Amino acid sequence: MGGLIRIFDNATQPVEVEKDLKIVPGANTIITTIDKIASWGRRSSLWPLTFGLACCAIEMMATGASHYDLDRFGVIFRATPRQADVMIVAGTLTKKMAPVIVNLYHQMAEPRYVIAMGSCACSGGIFNTYSTVQGIDEILPVDVYIPGCPPRPEALIEGIIKLQEKIKHQPYHKERCLSGICLIENENSKEKNESHRDSEENKR
Amino acid sequence: MNPIEIVKKIKDKFPEEVLWFRCFREECDITIKKEKIKDILEYLKNTPTLEFDYLIDLTAVDYLGFREPRFDVIYQLMSIKHRHRLRVKAEVSEQECFINSVVDLWKTANWFERECFDMFGIEFKGHPDLRRILMPEDWIGFPLRKDYPVYSDLKDKEWQPYKELKELATGWKENEP
Amino acid sequence: MNPENTRELLINMGPQHPATHGVLRLVLEIEGEVIKKCIPYIGYLHRGVEKLSEDLTYVQSLPLTDRLDYLSSMINNVGFCIAVEKLMGISVPERAKFIRTMMSEMARICSHLVWIATHALDVGAMTVFLYAMRDREKLLELFEMVTGARLTVSYPRVGGVRCDVNQEFLDELYKFVNEFPKKVEEYETLIDRNRVWLRRTKGVGVITAEEAINWGLTGPTLRGSGVYYDIRKFFPYDAYDKVEFEVPLGKNGDIYDRYKCRMLEFRQSAKIIKQCIELLPEGAILADDALRIRMPSSPLKIDKKDIQFEIYIEDKSIEDFINKFTEVYASIEAPKGELGFYIVCDDSAKPYRMRVRAPSFVHAGVLPRLCEGALIADVIANIGSIDIVLGECDR
Repeated sequence: MGGLIRIFDNATQPVEVEKDLKIVPGANTIITTIDKIASWGRRSSLWPLTFGLACCAIEMMATGASHYDLDRFGVIFRATPRQADVMIVAGTLTKKMAPVIVNLYHQMAEPRYVIAMGSCACSGGIFNTYSTVQGIDEILPVDVYIPGCPPRPEALIEGIIKLQEKIKHQPYHKERCLSGICLIENENSKEKNESHRDSEENKR
Repeated sequence: MNPIEIVKKIKDKFPEEVLWFRCFREECDITIKKEKIKDILEYLKNTPTLEFDYLIDLTAVDYLGFREPRFDVIYQLMSIKHRHRLRVKAEVSEQECFINSVVDLWKTANWFERECFDMFGIEFKGHPDLRRILMPEDWIGFPLRKDYPVYSDLKDKEWQPYKELKELATGWKENEP
Repeated sequence: MNPENTRELLINMGPQHPATHGVLRLVLEIEGEVIKKCIPYIGYLHRGVEKLSEDLTYVQSLPLTDRLDYLSSMINNVGFCIAVEKLMGISVPERAKFIRTMMSEMARICSHLVWIATHALDVGAMTVFLYAMRDREKLLELFEMVTGARLTVSYPRVGGVRCDVNQEFLDELYKFVNEFPKKVEEYETLIDRNRVWLRRTKGVGVITAEEAINWGLTGPTLRGSGVYYDIRKFFPYDAYDKVEFEVPLGKNGDIYDRYKCRMLEFRQSAKIIKQCIELLPEGAILADDALRIRMPSSPLKIDKKDIQFEIYIEDKSIEDFINKFTEVYASIEAPKGELGFYIVCDDSAKPYRMRVRAPSFVHAGVLPRLCEGALIADVIANIGSIDIVLGECDR
């Protein structure tokens, strides 16, 4: 402890580089708020759930592949919702698929984010039919919408950067985190979904 | 073999069953009564000069308001050996909405018939596992019938689990800042 | 272990699973490592394309076909256009035919590239994915040069194509197809002598020729079993009767043979594209009488003189019925197999019924036959080898 105090003594005053972020020159120290630290950690390694539904999934795949290389943004696709932070809903969501997607969403750990990729996920797109959901925001809270049919890989990258910016300004507390509301309000919805799924299994 | 010759051959073999045939753009379709559909298709499959070994497609068309009986079940046949095609159609009415299954002849008919049942509600007698295939099993109505709505808002015909999901979602939508 | 205490285990695979190529769901009943029963559930991407097209005009229905088999949207468009052209009796200009053929083969390469990428990834060879996606990106750039879109192109039109190709595009494409066979060799060096790959594909998922026909398989999946059936040769469309190519056939009908067939098709496709560039004639790209379909609400007039019919029952109304409804079935060779469009026309601006005969739908149906009795690890390899796209499967 003594050493640390001495360094502070010797060092110059902390310099404020931006709001709530101070650097102590020569001391290898940064002084900031817990909100900033948390959001920095969250936004720098967004792991999306591989959730390919339709055409947009192919563009998502192309974005992750050699040419566009999503890894450079700290984005690594995970196949399980338990390890994922963000769900990129890429493609048309049908009513038959809707219970599954909500189930997956609830399996993701907080804080969690949703990107609606493509016109179908944003608003139903050209498919205004009996079996499609008219935009995933009918059943899930969406953080970023990426229009396009399908959006170009650049658009997906832009969407991820937009989400990173959004996370940057979000406080640490999850109660105030937009996507978190769904969990607090509808804790029973998860059980309901799972019980529905069980009954479906039993029928078979 | 020339499609018209094939039709004549069927007509000779099953004189009572054939209703009419039509040729358009070098394609022939032959409409028959549904009772002996399996016998006719078996004949088409196993006769050496015809040898329709390949069921390309099986579907239905709903002629609501244009014709009675209402449905046509359509079999697209092809022979790999002779390189000819034929379309066989069987009339199915709404009151007696069933026809014999051809799964014994072509295994590919299994899913086609399930789809046809799912979309039109036509029952296939003798099918080993007739369930809905594309829609959820507790879906109401048969989507490809002409009296079924096209658009997303199904009102009271809505699928129950989806309705519940939407109701749950209204909870957080109201609380959204 | 006492056999009385063992029981069969139900495994649910999908609809969210990275190796099911979309939203396919399989319920597997396994005993140890062996699969006793395999029940596929589809319909998680059922968008109602067939119903929706009844509500749209012919021109408006064209973009819907893009989104069926989104790996090769160009070929879907061509299939739909050929069906409507057949219905209307339009003959397409030569140049448009060659452009379509060329573009179709590019789409075929694209689709097969995604197939080899994902199939190899599923079986365990990661590197192929990166190599194949690299080359696919080049093809997509070429698509973009002409059509302006990467994936869902909507480029062919009823009666021709939307816009002409320029010399710059042709030069780039020629360069690409010249180099492409070398790239295919590159993929092959990665997996062809890989012991893991061979053990997981040779002798696995065998289907004999008779069975394959009975199950209605088409495309490379059928040809892997040694059945010679290719619509490009059997019922030539576009410019396929003017170019030379071979149809690769397998022998054993296992996963390895299907893989080999597709690898050989890469080379044949490159060969066809090369010939198309060399033979590309000058001239119009859109048939003149195709314009009558472009008006938003103009009814489709079919020449009734072409209909030839005979009625064997006494019913006067039948004749009117036959004259009112005309129908065609046109099929093309998609990368997955036979893609057919069956259109019933009632002389209005909208199709009365549009039926899509999707190869993936038929191929997904054969999964129980391939998987039952096999090992659980082979399920993934089997799904990959039949090459299904769920957008097309569920429609």
